[in-house]
Amino acid sequence: MGRSTALKGASWALGVFAAACSGLALGLEWNLQPAASPIAADVHSLHEYVMVLVTVIFVGVFGFMFYSVFAHRKDRGYKAAKWHENTTVELIWTIVPLILLVVIAWPATKVVIAQKDTSNPDLTIKVTGYQWKWGYDYVRGEGEGISFISTLATPRDQIDGRAAKGENYLLEVDNEMVVPIGKKVRILTTAADVIHSWWIPAFGAKQDAMPGFIRDMHFRADKLGVYRGQCVELCGKEHGFMPIVVRVVSQDDYAKWVGERKQALAAAADDPNKQWTADELKARGEKVYASNCVACHQASGKGTPPAFPALDGSKVVTGPKEAQIDLVLNGRPNTSMAAFGKQLNDVELAAVVTFTRNNWGNKTGDLVQPAEVKAARK
Amino acid sequence: MSAVVDTHGQAHGDDHGYHPSGIMRWITTTNHKDIGTLYLWFSFTMFMIGGAMAMVIRLELFSPGLQWVNPDFFNQMTTMHGLIMVFGAIMPAFVGFANWQIPMMIGAPDMAFARLNNWSFWLLPFAASLLVISFFTPGGAPGVGWTMYAPLTVQMGVGMDLTIFAVHLLGMSSIMGSINIITTILNLRAPGMTLMRMPLFCWTWLITAYLLVAAMPVLAGAVTMTLTDRHFGTSFFNAAGGGDPVLYQHIFWFFGHPEVYIIALPAFGVISQVIPAFSRKPLFGYASMVYATSAIAILSFIVWAHHMYTVGMPVAGQLFFMYATTLIAVPTGVKVFNWVATMWRGSLSFETPMLFAVGFVFLFTLGGMTGLVLSLAAVDIQLHDTYYVVAHFHYVMAIGAVFAGYAGVYFWFPKWTGKMYDETLGKWHFWLSVVFINITFFVQHFSGLAGMPRRVPDYPLMFETWNKISSIGAFGFGIAQFLFLYIIIKAIRSGEQAPERPWEGADSLEWTHLPTPAPHHSFHTPPVLK
Amino acid sequence: MAQGATDPRRQQHYYVPPPMPWPIFGSMALFLMVLGGVFVMNGTSAGWISLAVGAMVILYMMFRWFGDVIRESESGTYHGWEDMSFRWGMSWFIFSEVMFFAAFFGALFWVRVMSVPDLANLEHTALLWPGFEAHWPSAGPAFAEKFSPMGAWGIPAINTMLLLSSGVTVTIAHFALKQNRRGRLNLFLFLTVALGVLFLALQVYEYGHGYADLNLKLTTGVYGSTFYMLTGFHGFHVTVGAIMLSVILARCLSGHFKPDHHFGFEAVAWYWHFVDVVWLGLFIFVYWL
Ligand code: HEA
Ligand code: HEA
Ligand code: HEC
Ligand code: CUA
Ligand SMILES: [Cu+2]
Repeated sequence: MGRSTALKGASWALGVFAAACSGLALGLEWNLQPAASPIAADVHSLHEYVMVLVTVIFVGVFGFMFYSVFAHRKDRGYKAAKWHENTTVELIWTIVPLILLVVIAWPATKVVIAQKDTSNPDLTIKVTGYQWKWGYDYVRGEGEGISFISTLATPRDQIDGRAAKGENYLLEVDNEMVVPIGKKVRILTTAADVIHSWWIPAFGAKQDAMPGFIRDMHFRADKLGVYRGQCVELCGKEHGFMPIVVRVVSQDDYAKWVGERKQALAAAADDPNKQWTADELKARGEKVYASNCVACHQASGKGTPPAFPALDGSKVVTGPKEAQIDLVLNGRPNTSMAAFGKQLNDVELAAVVTFTRNNWGNKTGDLVQPAEVKAARK
Repeated sequence: MSAVVDTHGQAHGDDHGYHPSGIMRWITTTNHKDIGTLYLWFSFTMFMIGGAMAMVIRLELFSPGLQWVNPDFFNQMTTMHGLIMVFGAIMPAFVGFANWQIPMMIGAPDMAFARLNNWSFWLLPFAASLLVISFFTPGGAPGVGWTMYAPLTVQMGVGMDLTIFAVHLLGMSSIMGSINIITTILNLRAPGMTLMRMPLFCWTWLITAYLLVAAMPVLAGAVTMTLTDRHFGTSFFNAAGGGDPVLYQHIFWFFGHPEVYIIALPAFGVISQVIPAFSRKPLFGYASMVYATSAIAILSFIVWAHHMYTVGMPVAGQLFFMYATTLIAVPTGVKVFNWVATMWRGSLSFETPMLFAVGFVFLFTLGGMTGLVLSLAAVDIQLHDTYYVVAHFHYVMAIGAVFAGYAGVYFWFPKWTGKMYDETLGKWHFWLSVVFINITFFVQHFSGLAGMPRRVPDYPLMFETWNKISSIGAFGFGIAQFLFLYIIIKAIRSGEQAPERPWEGADSLEWTHLPTPAPHHSFHTPPVLK
Repeated sequence: MAQGATDPRRQQHYYVPPPMPWPIFGSMALFLMVLGGVFVMNGTSAGWISLAVGAMVILYMMFRWFGDVIRESESGTYHGWEDMSFRWGMSWFIFSEVMFFAAFFGALFWVRVMSVPDLANLEHTALLWPGFEAHWPSAGPAFAEKFSPMGAWGIPAINTMLLLSSGVTVTIAHFALKQNRRGRLNLFLFLTVALGVLFLALQVYEYGHGYADLNLKLTTGVYGSTFYMLTGFHGFHVTVGAIMLSVILARCLSGHFKPDHHFGFEAVAWYWHFVDVVWLGLFIFVYWL
């Protein structure tokens, strides 16, 4: 009996192995993504090197064990030996692994040092994690001053299965980060609320974004193209839905992009002293709401209580407007309701507050002008 | 050792007056065997609950898109699955083994503090209830991961507070249990049972208990700071007040890494009893096993930051923790080599306990090798928080520790109950488990390498195939565990009478000096050792 | 491992207590207290009821459980073998307490050496926290109010003297017990308790001073957090220690303990010394340096 179950199990295991191999043959993603930076290439070769070593050790050790399993069996009448210790072999199998570890640690050390060297960058970009989107500020180098927020562009219908999923499902954003090829880019990460982590696999670049702290890392992209990654530190409900997309372009295209961005920035700059009409504010507010608030309070304004309260009928929203302006500006401490004062300008804030106060069942009829928001800022 | 059965202890019976029966027997018991049984059943219950949560996770991940649960609930599942499996299922299982076995193995009358022992156990159901209650509070259970990183924890609702206090109670239980185990081993050995003659299982538990006493209070500190940050306005983990979220991680992992060895060492202990028994050959390199265990314990306190390579440590820190971490491979390797050498030229037979033990050695080592890959900071920066890590730790815990647990149950079952389990079904249980669990977790290496983040309810399309395979494996493994339940219940109800020495190769005191099944009180007076 | 496994004392019967219901009371009590505490913290005042009931149950449990133990001890149930177990048990328990404090000391060192200086470095002040400077004591970059740290050489220094003296008095009491000089024992044990209580009173006064005059609160950034949490947990341990000493004192007064059999006394004395040593750490790292 023992024999036949063993055989059955072994053939099962072989079957699985064969299935896995055919998976590989079918071109499934089973290894690190192709490297697009020198560091990522180093990491790949280090990984391969270690894998070869440990596979050899593994096969070696279990070669012995399985030989024993097949040969030294009681049902074959094999009699047990009497010895149970041998200082020489015990020393050998303590020292040999030690040496192997040095052999592994040596190249690993070199990659670690290279990976950590963020000196002399050509371009410095500050990346801020928000629940649940990324903010990019180009702080030094060509493009200095560019600043934008980048959110998931995959439509909700695809996520909820009401529409077919696109090719870059969950890996597409409204505003891509753009960098020039061959330049050393230093990324400064920080966060506004909880820890996030910024990662582009193809660059071998991953760095946690710590609220209140600046951390750095670097990459030098050496292939043109679009590279995609995701937030990799659990940051709450929508952690799985805050992708990162980096477009690597030629130097010329980069200069062009910087020019366009700067123009767009100038054109979009809002005049906080202008008096806005109710319709203008509501229309603008709807957009701001859609890109900043729906994740928690939902398009219906119903939220998902108790974690995220409804704005439709909320006491704060239907109460005095000063209180709501203050809340949206400064957030609620120790909740995921962030202080939007840092992310949105006065016009956007005025618009979104006006919108929430006059949408769904809320009919306060209040108008909030940007000047009021400006006054409410400390 | 002598095969003469010393029934001396049994003859005494119980000379104490108070002797409740029914449910009160279990609530008031001070008997190490009763308490061991309670621990084991509790742990299996928790394994089912944690496993059911894993099934929810795997169900949602079967296809891309949100199908079954919302992201919030998914995070709660991940968190509670991790917490319940680690603190509710695996740790109590091995404490159950310790309770049953240690007094028998060292010839002690019972545990050193029998009443405290009862309390250690009876804290657990209450702590587990707190975890379960948290699902029914506003906002539900916390969705922060079992590592409970600040400041996400500060945003959570009432469930977070319940979880924090549950961790406190679990910690109290572990600390009291460990003090009991240490004292029992150091003070209650039978004359002639020197430390270096103890079965290795006792050694691994002695060292595990030391790790627990050193590490659990630190975890209590970490969650206490979380609590005060949440409710009393302290700023331990808040940069605005001068604190640091990374501080939480340092404190947590100072506990967390020893914790993974708290899970692994007793498993090593069980394996070190089972393999010699079925090889009919003494454990190879007993002394070096003891030294290796100690070395692991010492090293495990200086490697914690390998979980934090991406928080932005200085390069010197990364290198230090990388070197220290790789070093752990040496003593762990010694253990693996000693097990293989024990089998080498033994007279092997493969009853169910041995199957699980061999499966353990093979698959745990596989998980250890991926651990080594992760220990290299540069590579870990690529793999951190991906499914590669999930694959790594399920190989060492969900396969390693769980297989060792099964090996132990099948091995000692005859001694505990006097009944034999059904060997054919046991073998089926092993083969089904080993096949399905590898389907579940092996492919996760691939999705991790390709870049799938962990703790996500939804994923890009390129990971779909691996996730489908993994989910199928998980369901298969889950169903196979019903077989285990059936085997155990069938054996208790109608199992064949076990022979006095069911395993000819097993030679520790419980086999040589006690009848089968073991009497309620083992050694009223110390056994005579030669 | 002072006791070899072949110690002749091992040959006798080890006392294994009969079944008893107290542990489950303890678990239920903690459960109720925890549940109540969570309710209270989240603004549901009904939690106080659960908290109070839990506290009563745990007191009841302690009375009954410790009562059993004391009775057993006085009726000569425990011998050298059990005594040795108690010693191991108490030592490891104190070790676990040391590790609990280690977590908080670790936090203190981390903020002083790592996080506060980091927050004030060039990059952080340029991008996140303009104008922040790293001086310990610090309440972090976003703390706008003024506060004063707690000086070392006033009450804290007095408190150091008090605790150190109490360490001496408890040792004198111990020697007296060994020499069976009961009057001296009672006197010095009483002095120890009194010193402990005085310490606590001064500590309470100091907290009042901090809140009222120094604007030093639990919410005063990391300085306030580490200061109050470290000294607070220490104060809690002094309270527990003082209660335990009082129980021992009461037992001494009713004639318990013998010159060669008094582990209850010694355990509490160990605990008291541990509390003392923690205080020295606090005095040096929290108040002084
Ligand atoms: C039982 C539990 C257990 C055990 C035993 C281990 C063992 C090891 N673990 Fe693992 N680990 C976990 C449980 C465990 N781990 C968990 C739960 C996590 C994730 C927590 C979370 O984030 O949620 C984790 C995460 C984790 C990380 C962080 C990954 C990340 O988040 O980015 C790292 C990195 O270094 C790591 C490394 C190791 C190493 C080097 C070992 C070594 O001890 C392994 C040593 C063993 C061998 C190497 C095999 C046998 C040796 C030989 C045959 C000798 C010859 C070999 C050589 C010379 C190579 N582990
Ligand atoms: C020792 C601990 C342990 C054990 C045994 C397991 C067992 C399993 N684990 Fe778990 N796991 C962890 C510890 C453990 N895990 C930890 C610490 C984490 C990290 C959490 C975090 O990120 O914070 C984690 C995370 C984790 C994830 C990642 C989740 C995420 O990142 O979002 C996944 C996904 O596949 C997973 C799957 C499984 C599966 C399928 C099993 C299976 O082996 C379980 C099988 C058991 C049963 C199924 C129970 C018995 C059967 C029944 C109750 C009947 C019901 C069955 C059916 C309906 C089929 N685990
Ligand atoms: C990350 C999630 C999140 C986002 C994004 C978010 N909120 Fe909130 N919001 C919350 C939470 C959580 C609360 C409840 C806070 C509490 O418990 O007091 C809240 C509360 C509120 C309230 C008070 C409601 C009440 O009845 O108490 C208002 C008004 C509000 N948010 C407006 C907004 C606006 C406007 C935006 C977009 C500019 C926004 N929120 C974006 C999470 C969010
Ligand atoms: Cu942001 Cu995860
Ligand atoms: Cu670790």
